[in-house]
Amino acid sequence: MAITRSDVAKVASLARLELSNVELDTMTRDLQGIVGFISSLDELDTSGVEPLAHPLGTQNVFREDIPTDSLSLSEALQSAPRHDGKYFLVPAVLGETGSA
Amino acid sequence: MMMAAASQPTTSATTDVLPYTIVIGLEVHVQLLTRTKLFCGCSTAFGAAPNTQTCPVCLGLPGSLPVMNHEAFILAVRAAKALSCRIAEFTKWDRKHYFYPDLPKGYQISQFDLPFSSDGKLLVCDSKGRFAPRTVGIVRVHLEEDAGKSIHDESTGCADSRIDLNRTGVPLMEIVTQPDLRSPQEARAWLNELKLLLVYLKVSDCNMQEGSLRVDANINLHIPLPDGRIAKTPIVEIKNVNSFRSVERALLYEASRQWDEFNHTHAEIGSSPKQTRGWDDPAGVTRAQRHKEESSDYRYFPEPDLVPVTVSETELSLMTSAQGETPALLRSRLESQWSISAYDADVLVNQGIAFVGYFERLATILSDGKSASNWMQQDVMRMLNENTVAIESFPVRAEGLAALIAQVSSGAFDTSRARDIFSEMVKTGRSAAEVAASMGIADVGDDELMSLCRELVACNPKIVADVKGGKEQAAAGLLGQAKKKNPNVNPGKVRQLCLELIRAM
Ligand SMILES: [Zn+2]
Repeated sequence: MAITRSDVAKVASLARLELSNVELDTMTRDLQGIVGFISSLDELDTSGVEPLAHPLGTQNVFREDIPTDSLSLSEALQSAPRHDGKYFLVPAVLGETGSA
Repeated sequence: MMMAAASQPTTSATTDVLPYTIVIGLEVHVQLLTRTKLFCGCSTAFGAAPNTQTCPVCLGLPGSLPVMNHEAFILAVRAAKALSCRIAEFTKWDRKHYFYPDLPKGYQISQFDLPFSSDGKLLVCDSKGRFAPRTVGIVRVHLEEDAGKSIHDESTGCADSRIDLNRTGVPLMEIVTQPDLRSPQEARAWLNELKLLLVYLKVSDCNMQEGSLRVDANINLHIPLPDGRIAKTPIVEIKNVNSFRSVERALLYEASRQWDEFNHTHAEIGSSPKQTRGWDDPAGVTRAQRHKEESSDYRYFPEPDLVPVTVSETELSLMTSAQGETPALLRSRLESQWSISAYDADVLVNQGIAFVGYFERLATILSDGKSASNWMQQDVMRMLNENTVAIESFPVRAEGLAALIAQVSSGAFDTSRARDIFSEMVKTGRSAAEVAASMGIADVGDDELMSLCRELVACNPKIVADVKGGKEQAAAGLLGQAKKKNPNVNPGKVRQLCLELIRAM
């Protein structure tokens, strides 16, 4: 599978990464190398092999629905670049909602 | 596809007259009734001070690890089962990536290719017969975490948005329907039925004001063209709808907007990416929002921090054994067990499980479903509305109301007197007998009643003559006089007694 410059540009924009033209070229070459390396796995016949959902064999790990202590307000806010003592503050985002 | 669209019966009264078929599918997010969040022990209680219900897991701090809430999974399975879904034997979680300040991790833990359930259905009937019964297919139900809340206050002129992460990680169940609904009215009714089901099963409180139930609606039009082809307008997803009434209004607006747009542009599905429009409730219009990201843009991949879940048949029956009666089953049981009409059963069931409980206690004591149903629908509902009180805290118990109704049946009070007594019982919390005594309402003894009637007959020769002449309705004149002499007399009894006396003359 060939990785194109526009593939890299799209992935970069989805990840909110700003890449210079030089970086785009480097990234395209590097990613092509990585994907090429991995693609040697394509030579294996995996028909009849269940897709792996998780590397651990464990399943059904649950906890009971019992409340535990939350952080205090000041603890919760302390690592934020900006807050007003109650809320995290971020540059204004208007009119649109996130997708749930 | 064309055949399928053309053969869709246009059962709704509203679509019969329209030059197009409205096609609607819904996406409903429901908050599960758990005490704690989906992946951490933070409380889900509504209304706490901002950012006081967070921890390293739901803040997305490095090094923290999510652990699945068992109760959330059980509730979700219970709901999916009641929606006739197939429960997957093997299910896993995935990361859905997007950037928004209220999503601290930069991804939402959701389910992509292996949701825990799929292929369900839910029937909606309209007891008023405004549309034919409609079975709506359910594509899938999956479990995911909620995001936080962003507050943009433009009025303060503040350049910042404020973020509250109390909601972050709250367990949500997403229900995606097939595009099976054919009118805004059906969509609203179906949502009501879904909400009723989830509340009956105690899966969610479905409180829309508190964000426990949120609806996105997908809509487009299938328009038969003169050449026999069916044109399909581009699908629009409507967001920000805060009540079921608004869902209906937004869909009505959007259908006519799409019809107008089609007549101008003749644009069909596929000519543009799926559009998202927000519902502006005060203005009563939908407005275009950003274009929706393609699912590949979310860069889903399996969540490495959560192990998959398997569900055996035994576990499944254990999870759903505690499940209560669904509204649909309850309606048909009430109908047959208490000999009431389908319409009456519908009205009772729509009032909620506690209301039905009260009805059944009342009907059991009275051994009369019809009478209990009438009192519930007229007097009890009126009292609940007038006093804005819930049936759970209604001051008159079923036993107390039954005692009053029994006295009406025995002829001690007429219905209008009984209503006065009932109002007073609700106000004071006292029994029918106590209220009757305090209001000076007493059962008039047979001797007293007889002497009153003798007096009336003796003093009204004209009425007596009229009645004897065949005009029985003339006896009504005696009732007013009887009430004046003694307000406690039962007019029915007075009438009967006076007629007997006159006939014997
Ligand atoms: Zn937490």
